[in-house]
Amino acid sequence: MRNVGIIMRRELASYFATPLAYVFILIFLVLANAFTLYLGGFYERGQADLDPFFTFHPWLYLFLIPAISMKLWAEERKSGSIELLMTQPVELWDAVLGKFLAAWIFTALALALTFPLWITVDYLGSPDNGAILAAYLGSLLLAGGFLAIGSCMSALTRNQVVAFILGVAGCFVFLLAGFPLVLDVFRSWAPQALVDAIASLSFLTHFESIAKGVIDVRDLLYFAMLIGFFLLATAIALNLRKDL
Amino acid sequence: MIKTERLTKHYDSLTAVEDVSFQVGPGEVLGFLGPNGAGKTTTMRMLAGFVTPTSGSANICGHDVAREPLAAKAALGYLPEGAPSYGEMTVRRFLAFIADLRALEGARREQRLAHVIEHLQLGGVLDQTIETLSKGFRRRVGLAQAIVHDPPVLILDEPTDGLDPNQKHEVRTLINDMARDKIIVISTHILEEVDAVCTRAIIISRGRIVADDTPAGLAARSRYHNAVSMQLEEPRQLAAARDAVAGLPAVAQVEVSERDARLTALPRSGATILPALSELAARQGLKLKELHLESGRLDEVFRSITA
Repeated sequence: MRNVGIIMRRELASYFATPLAYVFILIFLVLANAFTLYLGGFYERGQADLDPFFTFHPWLYLFLIPAISMKLWAEERKSGSIELLMTQPVELWDAVLGKFLAAWIFTALALALTFPLWITVDYLGSPDNGAILAAYLGSLLLAGGFLAIGSCMSALTRNQVVAFILGVAGCFVFLLAGFPLVLDVFRSWAPQALVDAIASLSFLTHFESIAKGVIDVRDLLYFAMLIGFFLLATAIALNLRKDL
Repeated sequence: MIKTERLTKHYDSLTAVEDVSFQVGPGEVLGFLGPNGAGKTTTMRMLAGFVTPTSGSANICGHDVAREPLAAKAALGYLPEGAPSYGEMTVRRFLAFIADLRALEGARREQRLAHVIEHLQLGGVLDQTIETLSKGFRRRVGLAQAIVHDPPVLILDEPTDGLDPNQKHEVRTLINDMARDKIIVISTHILEEVDAVCTRAIIISRGRIVADDTPAGLAARSRYHNAVSMQLEEPRQLAAARDAVAGLPAVAQVEVSERDARLTALPRSGATILPALSELAARQGLKLKELHLESGRLDEVFRSITA
């Protein structure tokens, strides 16, 4: 566990050593606020809540999260630093976890910086602050799920652009798993039970219930298992071929 | 002690390393030689636990690399080919990161960091990011990283590649200083390095060991072993000298280089020709600029073994 912390801190510091962190946070905040105020009709609705804010998170994350996760392993492969890291006395799992946590903490920071919106609704009316907190938690879990998928995609290649595209595609499939766009692909040949299982994997359904302020253990478990699964897949992908 | 047993690595249909077995003990500096693509890097990566062998095993200080990877890696200092590192980190932070992973603490940590910074002369670039450093400095940062925990075993993949002659000399001095109490394996395709630092050399070609000997032993395999080279003051004496030398019974062959008026006489196997040649030179009135006995040419041995 000690090494998880060491690797996480190094990784987190590296985000801020390059323009990446600042560009990401800036774009994230601008887009999040623009979507909320213009597309979401934040003021026009005349309701003191953050629904218009959280509704757009899955779509915002679809493109922004793979931009963070693409470098997790592809960059290490490209620069060769993966050889340096993997020949230190470190468990592979520590590295997978440390790098993932760094990315997750970084997104949490970006998310936390949207707090002025929360202050605004609190000033304009009296929203259900518990529900808003739950929605923030749901958004963070969603980001974690996207990051875990992105981490796995990044481990498959040494090309960051490929990692980005695979990441977006992977996240898109999970995002819309409950919708005809994805389900129709399976419906023609798969048994109904499998189609139902795939439908239940949808990010959107699990996210929307938390975003409404309902924290269900099943939704939490869903995100925890999804993150665990893709981090395991990351470790397996790395272990199969470290010298890609 | 480093021990490998029938280490083999296949990539799909390509055989990178085949049946490589050797042992290296304390005090030995093993040079790993071979043409590019011969399997040097793959072998070193298997020793360092970065590449999993298809079959066979590697053992570092009693720890099997596959079964006890952490113990093996802890005993090892490793410089990967090209000295990769994290470009956006400063040298100071990078070395601190490695010291953390190597679990160095307290006074020993400070002392080890100060030691490597001094010995690799990194003091002036500590707060520069690694991507802004010259190739030579990056290599030295890579070396610092490999030795910061004072490991009993060092594996260095092309430690002097890309360095200028002064830096090469510094790195070789460093390796020689550490050689007394460590086991060191270096890979190189620079043959002068073998003479400069190695006590033993393994030549690998197409994934297999084709020679395992001391540098002197390898040189003795050369056609030029015990050959005599003489450079003439007067180039016009060259033709006559050549005929006279070729006439000596112990001389098997004479090579002439017109450019620098040099004759190289190769002896018949086991023969000693230096006295005969110096006597002949006196008799024929040849004016010599230089006359010397060759111990053998490593590059020629290298080419004849690996071609």
